[in-house]
Amino acid sequence: MNQESDVLLEVRDLKKHYVLSKRTVFGRREVLRAVDGISFSLRRGETLGLVGESGCGKTTTGKCIVRLIEPTSGQISLEGEDVVGASPDRIREIRKQMQIIFQDPYSSLNPRMTVGQIVGEPFAIHGICAGKERRQRVEALIDRVGLTRDSYTRFPHEFSGGQRQRVGIARALALNPKLVVCDEPVSALDVSIQAQVLNLMVQLQKESGLTYLFISHGLSAVKHISRRVGVMYLGKLVELGETEALFSSPLHPYTEALMSAIPRPDPDIVRERVLLEGDATDSNHPPSGCPFHARCRYRMAVCENEEPAWRDLGGGHFAACHLR
Amino acid sequence: MMYADDGAQPMAPLLEIENLRVTFDGEDGEVTAVNGVTLSVGQGETVALVGESGCGKSMTALSVLRLVPAPLGAIRGGSVRFAGEELLMKTVEQMQEIRGRDIAMIFQEPMTSLNPVFTCGDQIMEAITRHRVVSKREAREQAVEMLRLVGIPMPERRLYEYPHQLSGGMRQRVMIGMALCCAPKLLIADEPTTALDVTIQAQILDLLRTLKRKIGMAILLITHDLGIVAEVAERVVIMYAGEVVEEAPVRSLFKKPAHPYTRGLLGSVPKLDRKEEELKTIPGNVPSLKSMPSGCRFHPRCPNARSLCAKAAPALLEIGEGQRVACWLYGLPSDREGVETL
Repeated sequence: MNQESDVLLEVRDLKKHYVLSKRTVFGRREVLRAVDGISFSLRRGETLGLVGESGCGKTTTGKCIVRLIEPTSGQISLEGEDVVGASPDRIREIRKQMQIIFQDPYSSLNPRMTVGQIVGEPFAIHGICAGKERRQRVEALIDRVGLTRDSYTRFPHEFSGGQRQRVGIARALALNPKLVVCDEPVSALDVSIQAQVLNLMVQLQKESGLTYLFISHGLSAVKHISRRVGVMYLGKLVELGETEALFSSPLHPYTEALMSAIPRPDPDIVRERVLLEGDATDSNHPPSGCPFHARCRYRMAVCENEEPAWRDLGGGHFAACHLR
Repeated sequence: MMYADDGAQPMAPLLEIENLRVTFDGEDGEVTAVNGVTLSVGQGETVALVGESGCGKSMTALSVLRLVPAPLGAIRGGSVRFAGEELLMKTVEQMQEIRGRDIAMIFQEPMTSLNPVFTCGDQIMEAITRHRVVSKREAREQAVEMLRLVGIPMPERRLYEYPHQLSGGMRQRVMIGMALCCAPKLLIADEPTTALDVTIQAQILDLLRTLKRKIGMAILLITHDLGIVAEVAERVVIMYAGEVVEEAPVRSLFKKPAHPYTRGLLGSVPKLDRKEEELKTIPGNVPSLKSMPSGCRFHPRCPNARSLCAKAAPALLEIGEGQRVACWLYGLPSDREGVETL
């Protein structure tokens, strides 16, 4: 693998802690560890899926990368350039290279702006083009995401959820970014519309060599679109590997349970279900040792005391588990 | 009273909905949310009601309990019979007796369906004392028993906790406990796991299956997730734009889906066991209630549409054991046996 040039985004030991107003009995403020030291890299043109249950920190990770949230510590670099320490002027420049698509197509579009204004806003903010040229470029974008030309003068409320998500995608693509962080882009959509949007995203990636960080709790969508998948649990990455390997032979017990919990649309599939007991512990009271040990069916004594190391177990398949 | 006439449904139906019509007053006049829906749920049977947002599945379920939001919405016609009795003719007081005791419902969002200012125990005990003559102590004991049944650890303590102190999965368990405390004959579950994580969803589905076996109740499960359907349902009813388009036993539905909409829906789910380059999609969007297409409501999005489809709406027609479909592919008005020409 030809390293350097191949890697578009590098995340090292990223942490985001929130200090809560609540105090412990000893008068110290409680800390919520939303993201607690995760590292991964994204290769140019690939899609990395990030899965996990609500509250595991996947969205926080995505927002830290585009610096909509300031990380507590850690390094993020896009094409070798530091994102975390970048000055406000510099981050504006860097943001041309990385954009984000949000989950909720209802609240992420300004209801008082027309689609033309929404999609054209990145050009306005970065002072790239105006007037007739801007209009032409916006119309081209609207075309690309499969909306009709007359959408230009219409308002978000006139569109269905799937069409609004297309508007969000057009806005994200306006500046020809290299990286697009997709935060649950299809979770709010109906099944038949999800498929349309996923197909569109794959097609756009092929056309312009985009790199996606695809954050979702919908495992089947993640499997469909991602080349590699990372699994998060309570602010930590517990496993990361090639999609096929991860889905066919998961190395971490949490991944295994997650996979077995997906309901399959086939009444003939009989399989062993790994039912997890309880639910994820609060991330402000992280358990000692392995974050998953309380719900793990393979739990050993060492799991309660010692945090397992994040190791490459061969072929770029990483996991943090004492079993391996 | 109507009983099953053809071996496809061995049990006498517990719930029979016939030709149900629900309308809403909109800004631009009246819209029809449910348009002539007919379906039944047998005793102890699990039926899934499937469709995309706005297809009328939730309104159909709310009609059974006569909970269609008034004054904008109203049941305009049809019949809903429960154990042979017409529910649409019941008085408000009679309905209050039936709700919770004979038919219970659990909703999608457990946070908004529990009252935040009462403890979980109070809310379960209210459901018990509403329908049964029991002392407060007995009610409390039964509430603890219920919480234990739905798998809540330390039920004696949870009884005194408020909904906000519980996680989403636990809240949904409390909802289920409350719904089941009077051992209803029918449980209507409206997207009971949509707001939950997959591992919690698996726990709740497992719980519903176990409880159904123990109590022997029937379930009308409303969902948009075909994976859940395959796992828990025995029979499936597919709705599109306020109408039933297909009805079939669960295996037939997944093995030989008949309606082009059902096929499209199955095709658009990403498969976990194989790699597809491109997902099959249903082109276009779900029609809005204000501007329903003429004829078959699916025809503008249908790959098999022909001129007839825009002119006349097909009725549900039996094409196999317990499988009914509303589509002109399975028999033209002039030639009802045209199934072979597919």
